Amino acid sequence: MTEKLFTRPKSLLDVPTHYCPGCYHGIIHRLIAEIIDELHVQDYTIGIAPVGCSVLAYDYFNFDMFGAAHGRAPAVATGVKRVHPDALVFTYQGDGDLAAIGCAEIVHAAARAEKFTTIFINNAIYGMTGGQMAPTTLLSQRTNTSPYGRNSEACGHPIRMSEMLATLEGSIYLARVSVHDAIHMTKAKRCIRKAFELQLQGKGFSMIEVLATCPTNWGMRPLQAVEWLKSEMIPYYPLGIIKDSTEVK
Amino acid sequence: MPKPVFNTERCKGCGLCTSVCVRNLIFLSEQFNSKGYQPACCKDDTRCIGCLICARTCPDVVIEIHK
Amino acid sequence: MKGNEAIGEAAIAAGCRYYFGYPITPQTELAEYMAKRMPEVAGVFLQAESEIAAINMVYGAAGAGARTMTSSSSPGISLKQEGVSYIAGAELPCVIVNIVRGGPGLGSIQPSQADYFQATKGGGHGDYRNIVLAPNSVQELVDYTYLAFDLADQYRNPVMILGDGALGQMMEPAVLPETNQQVTDKPWAACGLKGRRKPNIINSLYLDPNRLEQHNLHLQHKYQLIEQSEVRYEEYHTEDAELIIIAYGITSRIARTAIEKARNAGRRIGMLRPITLWPFPSRAIRELAQKTKAFLALELSAGQMVEDVKLAVNGARPVYFYGRMGGVIPSTQELYEQMIQVISGEGGKGDD
Repeated sequence: MTEKLFTRPKSLLDVPTHYCPGCYHGIIHRLIAEIIDELHVQDYTIGIAPVGCSVLAYDYFNFDMFGAAHGRAPAVATGVKRVHPDALVFTYQGDGDLAAIGCAEIVHAAARAEKFTTIFINNAIYGMTGGQMAPTTLLSQRTNTSPYGRNSEACGHPIRMSEMLATLEGSIYLARVSVHDAIHMTKAKRCIRKAFELQLQGKGFSMIEVLATCPTNWGMRPLQAVEWLKSEMIPYYPLGIIKDSTEVK
Repeated sequence: MPKPVFNTERCKGCGLCTSVCVRNLIFLSEQFNSKGYQPACCKDDTRCIGCLICARTCPDVVIEIHK
Repeated sequence: MKGNEAIGEAAIAAGCRYYFGYPITPQTELAEYMAKRMPEVAGVFLQAESEIAAINMVYGAAGAGARTMTSSSSPGISLKQEGVSYIAGAELPCVIVNIVRGGPGLGSIQPSQADYFQATKGGGHGDYRNIVLAPNSVQELVDYTYLAFDLADQYRNPVMILGDGALGQMMEPAVLPETNQQVTDKPWAACGLKGRRKPNIINSLYLDPNRLEQHNLHLQHKYQLIEQSEVRYEEYHTEDAELIIIAYGITSRIARTAIEKARNAGRRIGMLRPITLWPFPSRAIRELAQKTKAFLALELSAGQMVEDVKLAVNGARPVYFYGRMGGVIPSTQELYEQMIQVISGEGGKGDD
């Protein structure tokens, strides 16, 4: 009998994804599914994926899901969680979704200390629409709508959402993680797990910002993209626990 | 003995796994799968130490580690 | 009881425990009332950061299986249209109250019926319809708010209550219904698998055009069923009427007084009052066209419902229109004079 040391978690359906080669969405999906399996909460997990590359996440996760309008996932999650306070509710949002069109929704969900978790995928670009500038696009980064590189004079500076939300009393646990190697993946998983556990304990709003690559729209090969994430993104978006109000000081 | 098992048809040939194998055992095949990708494979699975890093790195859960 | 409070009490009696709103005149009183009442019935009142957020909270709560509602007034309802389209697409039951005010833009805060097109023709993007109820008294605000929740659940469709500031402020006696004890079974709701094998997905995305067309055909089929089963209207002195007034909501009350006056003067004028604006009582109007000589649509708008009247009459009889805009409410005498002018053969505005 073959023992499987590593296999697909049961909260992740055995189907191919539409994600581009080397895209981190697949890794992050799997980590979430693993944690849900480990916490034995598949039966009462509800996920919300708004518009973005992960809009089809409901085809991949093996639990109840909502599709949502662009940016509105935190409002939808608020409605869901108020109806089912015992469920594990999470939103899965990209940077255009969360930091641009859905900025009001995420800020106020955090301010109200809504008891759900946001998984915020920051890859510094709009993926689904084909590579436009996001609020998190780095200075001088070229995109289809910043073809000469993002210029702070015209487009302002990239937003550090986790730090911004950390100023709100309602956010209790905020971390920025990456999944570009095994060590960081372990840390990322630990943070997402902690956020889910705090939610299940009835604590306030939590968000895990995951830095991710977008090889296709960055115009790089997947391994080049990993290097760019390490050399360009992490210095501007420092990794670590941004806020943990549950730590005993 | 641990052994990596590749679901070759699901592989998108991104190559992330090739860079993380501590024994440098994984490479992209010369062959193409039906989707047109050159899938990852292992040149000598008897040398696999079962660290799972390749499997965890794969965005498409292509790799299972069997024992 | 005040109109706005009547809506709130009826919603609670219907089993609604999740209210999401945002302040805007002239519906703020309803939100304030819910803020006070919901905690008393172990319900949720949430003041959202915007109308957009409020309607998306409704989307979440409705998709999770709850009876839920929001309310707003015209500019706020415009903001909600994104969410309403998603709710219609995902086939979620919910109740939306629009206490209409004058427009366009910021307009005024006075009563208006200028949101008829927006309410009855969909309002947001895509081929969809809301069931639209137009009460004209405090008792009807109670009855139709209560009914709205049942219709929403039955058809998995948004239901809109179209009122105005005059109705919201009106004080009239009203009898509240028994508290709803029935829990509608919602096996489609996304509330956690709980032993179910297949996940429930709340969604309106169909990337394959053929599947999207199938979904649209399914929606259209549902709308046909609603058109067949849910048309509601009231007739008043139509049996011998030579002129039939078509008016709804607050306008129908003024029209009724004007008709009484005309009847006393020996003028054979009647009224058909649509209660459901969608589905519109087209068949009843078409049948009346066989008996009467002309129609006169009265609205607090530049003429919106009159288009549906014309479609129903389909050229069989002249259809006239009289309306006031921007929050101006016509007097009984004003409507009376319009009726007399039309019935005396002097015509009026809008006859093609």
